[in-house]
Amino acid sequence: MRTFAIMTRVLKELVRDKRTLTLMFLAPIFILILLNFVFSVSQSTNVTVGTVTVTQSLNRELGQTKHVTVKTYANKTAAKKALKNDHIDAIIQQKKQNYSLTYANTDASKTTATKLAFKNALSANSLAQMKGRLTLATTALAKLRQQLPNAPATQQQTNLAAPKLTNHYVYGDANTGFFDKILPILMGFFVFFFVFLISGMALLGERTSGTLDRLLATPVKRYEIVFGYMLSYGILAIFQTILIVMVTILLLGVEVVGSIVNVVLINLLLALVALAFGILLSTFANSEFQMMQFIPILVIPQIFFSGIIPLDSMANWVKAISYVIPIKYSGDAATQIITRGVPLSSLGLDIGVLLIFLVGLTCLNILGLRRYRKV
Amino acid sequence: MASASITLTHLVKKFGPQTVLKDINLTVQPGEIVGLIGPSGSGKSTVIKTALGMELADGGQATVFGQQMPQRQLLARIGYMAQTDALYEALSGKENLVFFAKMKGLTKTTITAAITHVATVVDLTADLNKRVSGYSGGMKRRLSLAIALLGKPELLILDEPTVGIDPALRRQVWRELDKVRDAGSSILITTHVMDEAELTDRVALLLGGEVIAFATPAQLKQQYQVATIEDVFLKAEGVTL
Ligand SMILES: Nc1ncnc2c1ncn2[C@@H]1O[C@H](COP(=O)(O)OP(=O)(O)O)[C@@H](O)[C@H]1O
Ligand SMILES: [Mg+2]
Repeated sequence: MRTFAIMTRVLKELVRDKRTLTLMFLAPIFILILLNFVFSVSQSTNVTVGTVTVTQSLNRELGQTKHVTVKTYANKTAAKKALKNDHIDAIIQQKKQNYSLTYANTDASKTTATKLAFKNALSANSLAQMKGRLTLATTALAKLRQQLPNAPATQQQTNLAAPKLTNHYVYGDANTGFFDKILPILMGFFVFFFVFLISGMALLGERTSGTLDRLLATPVKRYEIVFGYMLSYGILAIFQTILIVMVTILLLGVEVVGSIVNVVLINLLLALVALAFGILLSTFANSEFQMMQFIPILVIPQIFFSGIIPLDSMANWVKAISYVIPIKYSGDAATQIITRGVPLSSLGLDIGVLLIFLVGLTCLNILGLRRYRKV
Repeated sequence: MASASITLTHLVKKFGPQTVLKDINLTVQPGEIVGLIGPSGSGKSTVIKTALGMELADGGQATVFGQQMPQRQLLARIGYMAQTDALYEALSGKENLVFFAKMKGLTKTTITAAITHVATVVDLTADLNKRVSGYSGGMKRRLSLAIALLGKPELLILDEPTVGIDPALRRQVWRELDKVRDAGSSILITTHVMDEAELTDRVALLLGGEVIAFATPAQLKQQYQVATIEDVFLKAEGVTL
């Protein structure tokens, strides 16, 4: 039960350390809010859309959308010229039933705003049209029934099929909505970073104050110390992870197709890996400052290998490094859950690798304490 | 015959190029207080850490209760007080005591009584619920000693326990150490306060990485033909009296 006693003690110390607690909980929120300001699809982005041969009703509908200005062009060439000269942000061209959309896409948020506005205008428009057609159809039907009870019913050719949309991008592609794509990975990075930061300090403080020596002069087992730390910081990591995930999802408005609980679970696993990693590295540091030095060397670079920048286009050795980056696996799993609703059962590889990291690092920690006591 | 509590034979310890302990021979028998005396930096703490297995010896042998250290189970029978006050500052004195009592494996039923006892010995009963961060240097030292005394260990290893403790309390601490000794435990205590050496059963003088003399205080004074242990030391160091 020494594990439990160590856990309670560490928790007690943590709860009394208001500064650290604040850092653990407020700093991630603060950064995420900043990110929200800097990156997010701002509702007030003003876009100017050029339309070519678009019906008047749709033009009107579009024009009524907030922050959207509509300019009509007689032909595509004129519109393209305007697009090139940065007078408009997108072109919408109607070809009978279908629409062709061309985005400048230099600003991903404008592209997203245009898409959204057009979709809304289109559905509002077709709704109005459908209403009209429906009344027409019902009156026609009633007439038919009255006049020709025996005549074969002529099928009215109401084509209610959804119009086809084709998207074109002058710059980049559909994935240029960078922020949306990196958010699941970024979220993992924050979880990793903040858990690492705190846990690394934990055992270090115990060592520099001499209490570790004193602790190791009792018959405590090494694994009891490691587990005690893992448990206490693990409990804190649960709260921290839930907080970071919820803030990311709610504040930054990430649409989660899968289960939020699964996203939390994946990130919690990552948090435990970060915890074990932080404890391990702290045994190689002699002061808080030396611990800090690990951050630019071992923590920040992880972000480059995490999949935020697509890895398939990178050199083989870069890819090889990415296989030992925990954030890559959690990011991959979280992305799949968020964007495609993949269940945990189909993420065995990612979860398995994270578990291997966790078990491996924990074992190393237990072994690592041998440096301070040989048994 | 019961094995000695501590036996150090030809112990050598180096830190890089510096040989701190050249050839240390020392025994601590059950039921005696051995004082390890030497100037600051002579290697007293190093002797203790090597004996406990916290530092790896470069030569010679260190056994505790007849067994080679480090041995995890043996640690349950040892009360160790380091030279630095290694305490959890965010916790109260009592919380520190409870924590270390649990680490030493004291059972739940005995913990409260044990804490009450050691707190009385070091005169900390009134301050037990204060956070250690608010303790004075002397109070921390006393708490540190109290932790070492927890669980009535068979062997007490105390590294400069009386630094910063006022004379009246120092007397009280020594009285307690005598009691512990009389109950059959053994004590290895380091100090650079020479008059404290008079209170031990045997004194080891540590100088130049070697134990240059190891006998009862009376024998030492006779051997060096001086009146106090302090003079023994000065004479051994070659200072003309
Ligand atoms: N971990 C260490 N690394 C290097 N040198 C050390 C270490 N511990 C002690 N020393 C050196 O060993 C010598 C003896 O130290 P110590 O045993 O603490 O002396 P004392 O306890 O008698 O004051 C000192 O010169 C000290 O600098
Ligand atoms: Mg010392």
